Amino acid sequence: METIQALEKVKRTTARVCSLCNQRKAALKRPKTLEQICIECFYNVFEDEIHRVIIENNLFKPGERVAIGASGGKDSTVLAYVLSELNRRHNYGLDLFLLSVDEGITGYRDDSLETVKRNELQYGLPLKIVSYKELYGWTMDEIVKAIGLKNNCTFCGVFRRQALDRGAALIQADKIVTGHNADDIAETVLLNILRGDIARLSRCTDITTGENGPIPRCKPFKYAYEKEIEVKTKSLTLSTYAYFKKLDYFSTECIYSPNAYRGFAREFIKDLERIRPSAILDIIRSGENFRISTTTRMPEQGTCQRCGYISSQKLCKACVLLDGLNRGLPKLGIGRKKECTRENSNNQEQIKRNPENKGPSLHSKHGNIEF
Amino acid sequence: MRLTLEFGGGLELLLKESVKLHQVDVTQKSGEDKVTMRDLLSWVKGNLIKERPEMFIKGDSVRPGVLVLINDCDWELCGNLDAELEEKDMIVFISTLHGG
Ligand SMILES: [Zn+2]
Ligand SMILES: [Zn+2]
Ligand SMILES: [Zn+2]
Repeated sequence: METIQALEKVKRTTARVCSLCNQRKAALKRPKTLEQICIECFYNVFEDEIHRVIIENNLFKPGERVAIGASGGKDSTVLAYVLSELNRRHNYGLDLFLLSVDEGITGYRDDSLETVKRNELQYGLPLKIVSYKELYGWTMDEIVKAIGLKNNCTFCGVFRRQALDRGAALIQADKIVTGHNADDIAETVLLNILRGDIARLSRCTDITTGENGPIPRCKPFKYAYEKEIEVKTKSLTLSTYAYFKKLDYFSTECIYSPNAYRGFAREFIKDLERIRPSAILDIIRSGENFRISTTTRMPEQGTCQRCGYISSQKLCKACVLLDGLNRGLPKLGIGRKKECTRENSNNQEQIKRNPENKGPSLHSKHGNIEF
Repeated sequence: MRLTLEFGGGLELLLKESVKLHQVDVTQKSGEDKVTMRDLLSWVKGNLIKERPEMFIKGDSVRPGVLVLINDCDWELCGNLDAELEEKDMIVFISTLHGG
């Protein structure tokens, strides 16, 4: 009886065999071509694509120390897994490790940090957790104590933006990689257009940013060309890969997405995509093709005199805020009340996630994690 | 009909019992001898979801960005809402909207 049932089941779900290997049963649609393929071939296609993106775009050089920005979420977990596989398989010669940021918020990051600690063992990648305390001398809890709940979002926004860079510098990384995918970049294009943020719009489609800064960042899933063919990895692909590979990741925020603005963009894009499947790639392309008039004055980029971080001012925003904190004048440097809705307002393009929802009230309003 | 449901990517947080795996017994609608994905979705909405059903269901289907697998096969290859379920099937719902 069981076998008959099993057979029927097979019959029902295997209308077709995989169009790549012509052997195993098709289980998935290939994201770009919509061919029906099996899970094994899906792995191969995905891993080969990432490999080619890395090679064609010269993302790495042998011997480099590469920090994988690891939040414990799906994207960075897939990135850590795939990159360590490819590094072995194709002898990239990279010295890979996981880099996580602990903001020092009691009960907030604990679960996702536990996930990253398991990933360290699962993938055999050394893990470095840098804390706000280490980076800034203050935990987020202490900052909140000093300034109250009202303005803390200015601090966590600014501090988060810099934390990965500072953490990577601390452990002498040559490069940072993050798990941003095509959906993220499409959202960012849309948000930058809505905000009229031209400087960021022009950068946000690049696969590598900050090449002039101390530590370049690259996003192998985000966007790249490979022999004229665009390769963009979508969130759905990463989720599918993580599910079938049984990767251990932490589903943070999701649902209560505290950042309404980005949440709205995401929802909007998903609805567009339902009507027009190419919507995500179209938005990215339009962002890329945006031409900025040569007479437009762009903010000049320099570096912070104190910490060396990219800044258009003498002191970067983090150093100004720290100054205030350390001198007991925490309000110093909090000029704009709207900081929370302008989540991307720094010089280095970074996309934010809105992870925890279960976090304490101080994150109920915004709570972005910076990977 | 006994089914195994798995919720992931944060969808599990919407449920009354916030765990990933659920063994459930879905009753057929009276007069019907089969359970389709359409039936299952409305059953899940009525029986398992505690809050914010709109994060899971949109219209009569799942919200865009939710990955659905029937016995580890993309439900789009099995007939989407019209896919007929069978005893001991395993259905997976994963929100793909968030990463990090
Ligand atoms: Zn195959
Ligand atoms: Zn905040
Ligand atoms: Zn500085």
